[in-house]
Order: sequence, then structure tokens, then C-alpha cells
Amino acid sequence: MIPRLLATLALLLAAAPAPAAGWGLEQLMATLADNRGGRVSFVETRYMALLDAPIESSGELVYVAPSRLERHTVKPRPETMVLDGNTLQLSREGQTHTVRLRDYPEAAALIDSIRATLAGDRAALEKTYALKLSGGAERWALDLLPADPAVARLVSRIRLAGNNGEVREVDIFQADGDRSMMRIGKPQR
Amino acid sequence: MSWLRRPRARLALAVWIALVAVLAAIVARSHFTADMSVFLPREPTPEQRLLVEQLREGMVSRLILVGVEGGDAKARAETSRRLAASLRADARFASVNNGETTHLQADQRWLFDNRYALSPRVTPAHFSEAGLRSALQDTLDFLASPAGLLAKPLVTRDPTGEMISLLQGLASSGQPQRDEHGVWTSRDGDTALLVLLTRASGADIDAQEAAMAAVRAAFDAARAALPPAPGSALRLEMTGPGVFSVESRDTIKSEVSRIATLGTVLVATLLLLVYRSPTVLLLSLLPMITGALAGIAAVGLGFGTVHGLTLGFGTTLIGEAVDYAIYLFVQGGSGREIRQFWPTIRLGLLTSIAGFIALFFSGFPGLAQLGVYSVAGITVAALTTRYLLPALLPENFRLRDVTPVGRRLAALAAASTRLRWLVPVLAIAAVAVLVVKRDSLWNSELFALSPVPAAAQELDLRLRAEMGAPDSRYLVVVTGADADAALRAAERLAPTLDALREQGVLDGWDSPARYLPSLATQQARLAAVPDRAELERRLNVAAAGLPLSASRLTPFLDDAEAARARPPLTRAGMEGTSLAMAVDAMLLSTDQGARALLPLRAPAAKDHVMDAARVRAALAQAGVAQAEVMGEPLFLDLKHESDALYAGYLDEAITLSLGGAAAVVLILLLFQRSPRRVWRACAPLVAAVLVVCAGLALAGEQLILLHLVGMLLIVAVGSNYTLFFAAEDGMPDPRTLASLLVATLTTVSGFGLLAVSQVPVLHAIGITVGPGALLSLAFCAMLSPARRDGGQPG
Repeated sequence: MIPRLLATLALLLAAAPAPAAGWGLEQLMATLADNRGGRVSFVETRYMALLDAPIESSGELVYVAPSRLERHTVKPRPETMVLDGNTLQLSREGQTHTVRLRDYPEAAALIDSIRATLAGDRAALEKTYALKLSGGAERWALDLLPADPAVARLVSRIRLAGNNGEVREVDIFQADGDRSMMRIGKPQR
Repeated sequence: MSWLRRPRARLALAVWIALVAVLAAIVARSHFTADMSVFLPREPTPEQRLLVEQLREGMVSRLILVGVEGGDAKARAETSRRLAASLRADARFASVNNGETTHLQADQRWLFDNRYALSPRVTPAHFSEAGLRSALQDTLDFLASPAGLLAKPLVTRDPTGEMISLLQGLASSGQPQRDEHGVWTSRDGDTALLVLLTRASGADIDAQEAAMAAVRAAFDAARAALPPAPGSALRLEMTGPGVFSVESRDTIKSEVSRIATLGTVLVATLLLLVYRSPTVLLLSLLPMITGALAGIAAVGLGFGTVHGLTLGFGTTLIGEAVDYAIYLFVQGGSGREIRQFWPTIRLGLLTSIAGFIALFFSGFPGLAQLGVYSVAGITVAALTTRYLLPALLPENFRLRDVTPVGRRLAALAAASTRLRWLVPVLAIAAVAVLVVKRDSLWNSELFALSPVPAAAQELDLRLRAEMGAPDSRYLVVVTGADADAALRAAERLAPTLDALREQGVLDGWDSPARYLPSLATQQARLAAVPDRAELERRLNVAAAGLPLSASRLTPFLDDAEAARARPPLTRAGMEGTSLAMAVDAMLLSTDQGARALLPLRAPAAKDHVMDAARVRAALAQAGVAQAEVMGEPLFLDLKHESDALYAGYLDEAITLSLGGAAAVVLILLLFQRSPRRVWRACAPLVAAVLVVCAGLALAGEQLILLHLVGMLLIVAVGSNYTLFFAAEDGMPDPRTLASLLVATLTTVSGFGLLAVSQVPVLHAIGITVGPGALLSLAFCAMLSPARRDGGQPG
């Protein structure tokens, strides 16, 4: 249960801004590698078989290269999640829980892939995922298809989309059919 | 054995044999113990009683931390798994945890099945229409959270989120990390970690030893079953209070037997050189043996139980008895001459008794026993020397002529008087050192008495830090007429403890009632759950307009209905979960009923130190409402309590020793009727004690209770030396000098060996008495009036 949770968290955090640059898988990776960090707004919509209607959350994402990601949810309830190095910290309703990623190897593999995406580390990404890039520089989409069966049990596909160096959408398709769509605003800098 | 034909000899022997028979009978009927009860004051406070009980029986005392090192990560993990598996099958262990999730599923299942009886949130309001709606809304918000996936599989059965809330409440801080092989490891990944809990109490050293042997055997078997791993060979490390007890006992045993053997050989050789007769050598041991018997018998009669500690140190104290025989054999040997020096020995005996009688008044039973033991022991030893030995002495006994040695000593002593100025100089320098170091002179931590070597203490610290093992330093204790009453009492403290947590006074707390609520609480919670039809009606109202429709929540209605019909939770029903162990550790049955222990987690932000006054104040307020509870809730800081207890004993022992010193001076004044002679008897001893203390302080050694016992012994042994010097109002005759030298040499060789011991208590007594006895004699000689003038040192 927890690895699956962490895997998802890691994917959600992947939605970080990237400055504009040239286009192509190599160029996209290079642009992402140049990303020093920034602050963006997000709106996430979750579709679950369990629910009659999707539920929404919104707030801000902060990325500090190379390994710190923060998700500050404002609605429906204030909540902060911080991924820094190998620890994941969740603060909610006055309680803080800290988890070490090494305790959850599957989730760690996922999060390392996300980190690799943000760092533009194609070789590391390809250890866990098959990469599929489509569209053009102005409107690209990168599909991550898990090659690792342990990861595939949690997530069937991750789709990152953006224009130039900016990531604007992160869609996660869970193995059980539920999915979450995150829309990301323009970097505020 | 021709001398036995003398009538006096026969009488003395008959009396002695009768005495030994009586003493032996008393000793045989005495009860011996070696547990922590020796540290319990004679009139303990409830806190002190609990402290000693926790140290003896508490969960912490039963903890064994295990580390597996060497090999590679895979080999360590496999060893950990095999070790854990075989120990889980061993009845000696109440719990074995190596990070494997063997219990996790059973625990989570039990929690989930009993969530309505366990969750403090289950109240009538929680199950009202409004309460249900708010809980559903919370669940929906949680589903939107990054952590929401945790709740997703449970929503249809638990839409009010009881399980998540239970898990959050139970989330224990500070578990070690798991490696990729699924077992706990140290942060650097080089050590696989296990936590074992023995069934036997930590005070049961034999059982702890058996448990350690079982761990070693299981480790050896696990290692043997593995294919050879790369890297170094796999190693096993163990630590914990029980392990410490076992290792301490082994160390003390081996050190004592080693030192005793060596010391006996040394002293016997020395005495044999002087006496030249094995018979006389054996005779000289009679006072010591009789004295030891008398000491044990006196303690047995006076206290009911004799503590091992008393035996250990009492036997060294009785070493003074050997000196009596030396004085007898070297100075005289026949009845006529005894009358000349017996008064001096008698006075020495009286002063020693005065010093040790002071210990009678110690609130520390260990010290009081030591006092009784010493007084009875040296008295009987002296009487044996006086009345039995002369009668038994072979008529043809001819001591090696010690007069030449004595003369040379006399010359040396006379020459040493030229250095008399050195004594006040050294004494004043010693006082200066002691004044400068006065704040760090004494070590008032109980830990200082621990015979555990520094390396073992480091290993313990390291494994404990890696393990996040509970040190259970802070506890709140409540009592009740039975287990359920104790649980009710614990439940009533919940609001107080929660308030303290919110104020940051503590980081968290635990309670047996968290896992096993009192019957009344369980019934109240289940009564708050409405019957199925009513719950369905309310749920329909509550879910109206929410994305989570009531029609999907039939499993919830089933579970709630089943919960209402479930029999109350009992400890027996928890078998097979690790939560049962938690309850056992925190809920104890006692003679008067039951006791609940609530461990408090100290605030990490405040260096893990708790504001005891605030906790006590809050508990006192909460306690007022506790009508049916047998006593107020007690707050216990185990470390503070044990250090305070020991520091109290130390302070008291220092005061009593000073009182004893005053009594010694008083007795000397009474018998010698000359302040000048009293001064001459006391000055060398005072100087010797001061110089030894200063020497220890300069060497960076902090003084503990046993140094103080050593100082008393310097006075007891040294007073004989000084009295011989004082008695003759000048330099003693050569034979007396020779006897004093032999007595000092035996004392120094006996105690000098203790000084090299690894065991702090033995080392402390040896390093004090050895040099102290030598200095006493040297100072006596230096301060003695030179042959013609009787001038006094300034």
C-alpha cells in the first residue's frame, strides 16, 4: 500500500517547471538538466471508480535542483509534502510523518526515475521505463512506460506534456484504472 | 599436637568450635540475594519502589539488542531471518523482531477488525448524521491528498476513516530502516539489527545467560547453514541490560577469582617467609575465616537477607583481621607479651568499630550491611586472635629473627623524620587540589558503579541509537484494584497527556488502553454505533450530495453491525499479534491489583529532556478526579530517580563517614587522655586520606561510593599503625616496626591487585586502600618524634 502511495507521490512531484530550450528527446533532456528550479501553481483532478465525481486539489509546487521537491496543497485542506534526497515528509493536520525511501525499494526506484527526468538523466530513466516522445517542440508529450514489473503493478503509464522546456501536464494512469490529471501553471519568476 | 594438652588451649578451642558451629548454622539458614533490591532504601517512596521494580522486571530490563556484522548484505539478511525464525520458536523469548513483517499483517487485521472498539473517535456524535457527513468529507479530502491512496482500498468498509486514525495514533517514531532484503539494518547498512524480549526478568541472570546462549547457538546454526559469503566472517553482537548483567557477573567472577588466587599466593608467600611454618600460616587465617562467618551471620540475623555485594566487599574489609595475627606472631607469640601490645590493638579495634558503626545508619541497605558485617567480623577476628591463637600456637614456634630487619627499619624511620616537613606540605597541596577540583570530585551517577567496560557501553549506545530503542526513561504509573480499573485510570489521563503533547512538553505517549481499552470504554464505543437500519438511514442523509454515494457503502453497514455483536476485547484475544506484547509490557498485575505504565516520549526539540515539574503539576490536577484509583498517578523519571537515589546514598555516606571520623577522635581522646597523642595518631591518617584523594583527582578519577569505603578502610587499618607509633611515644621497637611492615605489605599486595581490576567497584577500593595503607605507615614514621626530641609537626 505504502510503496504504491509513494510511487504516486513521486510522480505527482515530477511536475516541475523547466525553462524554454530547443526540442527533441536529447534537447528535452538537456533543457530539463539545465533547470535550476522554480515555483508553479497546480490543479490536480482525480478520477476514481469508487467515486461518482472526480475530486480536485490545488496549490503550489516548488522544485529545487537537483533533489528537492515540495508540494504545498492549499485546497481542499492545507498539506505539505517534501521530497528531499532520500526522505519523504508529509505534514497534515499538525502531524508530520517521515519515510525513508530506502525502506520502500519499489517506490525508491520510481522516485529515482522522476529525479532522473528532472535532471534530464536519460540513461537512468531508461533503466526503469521505455520512453516515447510525441508531438513537436511547442506541444510535446513524453510517455513513461514501466519496464520493471514491480513498478508496472502500481502504474501503467505516466504522461508528461509541455511546451518547450516547461512541463504543463502530468497524467498518471494507475494499474487499477483510476487516474489523476495535473495541470501546471506558468513559472512565477 | 602436644600444645593441645594445655587446659587453656583445650577450653579456647572448645569455645571456638562451638562458636563456629553456631555461626555456621546461622549462615546456613541465611537467605542470600544478588538482585537490585540492595539499592532500595529501607523506607522507599512509591517512586523508588517502582524504580527498583522497573530495573529488575521492567520491559527495558528484558531487552536484548542484536547486531549481525560481516559478510555481505544478503548473508546478513539471511542470517537475521534464520536467527529470528529459530528464536521465535524458542519459549524463552516473548518477542523477536528483525524488521520482517511477520506480525504486521496479523496486527493490521486485528486492528481493522476491532476498529470500532479501539478508536477513541467513536462517540454518538461521530455516528450522528452530521458526524457521519463530516467524517465522509474528511475521507474525501484524504483521498485528494498525496497520502490518499493509503485509504482507497479501505473506503467502502471504513468510510469514516477509523483505521487511518488508529494507524496514525500507533505510528511509532524511530524504527530502524529496512534494507532491500527486508530486514532492519543500521544507517550505514553494515549491521543487521534484531530486538529480542526475554520472558525472564532482567534480574534473573541465569535465565538471561541461557537466553544469550540460545541466541549464540541459533546464530551459529544460521551461519553454518549459509554458503560461504564474500567479505569477512559473520559476527554476532549483543547488548542490553540483561547482557550487561551476565557479562558483569562473568567479569566479576573471573576477576575476583584471579585476584583472590594471586593475592592469596602473594600474601601466603610473604607470611611463610616470616613465619617459616605452614601451621602458623594456617593459624593466622583463622581470625579472618571466623570473622567472615561472624559477619555473615550478623548480617543474616540483622537484615534477614545477605546481599552478594556485602559478601564481596566485606571480605576485603576483613583483611584487617590478617594484621592482628601478624602483630601477635611477629611482636610476641606468648601470653606474657600479648599483654603489652593488646591494649593498642584493642584501641585500634575500637576506632575501626567506631568508623564502621556510622554505616549502620545509612539508608542504603548495602552500606548498612557492610557496617554490620565489618563490626561483627573484625570484633570476632580480634577476639579469635587474642584468645584462640596464643593457645594454639605450637610451643616450639620460633619466628625468624626479625630484629635485624626491624633495626634497619628503625634507622630508616629515624632518617625519614628529617622529611617530616613533607607531610604538611603534601597535605596542604592535597587540600588545594581538592578545593580546585571540588565540583568534579564525586561521580553521583549510578552508572559509575557499572562494571560494564567502556567498549560494551559504546556498543550499547550505538545499537540503541540505530534501533531507536525505547529507553523508557519517563513513565506515568497508575494503579487499580484490577486490570480493568488500571485501564480506566490510564484512559482518564488521556486528555491531560494530550494537552501536554500539544504544549510541547512531550512528543508522545503510549498506554495499554490504546490496545486494550477498558470494558466500559469498549461498551460505550460500541453503543455509539447505531443498528444497521438506523445507520443506513443516517448514512443516506449524510452522503447526500457527496461524490461518495451511500449505495457503495454496504460493506461498512455489514462491518458496523458485526462489531456491535462482537464479544469484548481481551488480552487473550490478542494472541499472535505484537500488540499483545505491548499490553503485557504496559499492564502488570501486582499484589494489590494491577498497574498500568504509560511511557512518555521526551521532546526531541528539547534534547530529550522532559520538564518534570510541568508533568507532575498536570498529573496532580488530573489525579483529583480519580476517585476509584488507589493512588495518584505517579510520574517517574527513571534516570533521575536512580541517580538521585545513589547521590543521596553518596551524600549520606560522606556525612556518616565524617561522623564516624569524629567518633574515632572521641574514642581516642577518651582512652589516650592526651590531645597531643590523639593528634599524633590522627595526623598521618588524615594526611594519607587527603593525599590519596588528591592523587585520584589529579589522575582524573572521579570518586564513587567505594572510594569512600576504601577511605574508611585506610582509617581502620592505618589506625593500628599510628596507635603503635603513638603508644610508644617515640619510635616503636624494632619487632613492632617489623610487624607493621609485614602488615602493610600484606595489605598493599592484597589491595594493590584490586587496583588493576577492570571492575570499577573493585578498582576503586584497591586504588584507595593500597596507596593509603603505605602512605599511612610512611607518614607515621615521618611524623614520629625523633629519638631525642619530641617536637610536633606544625
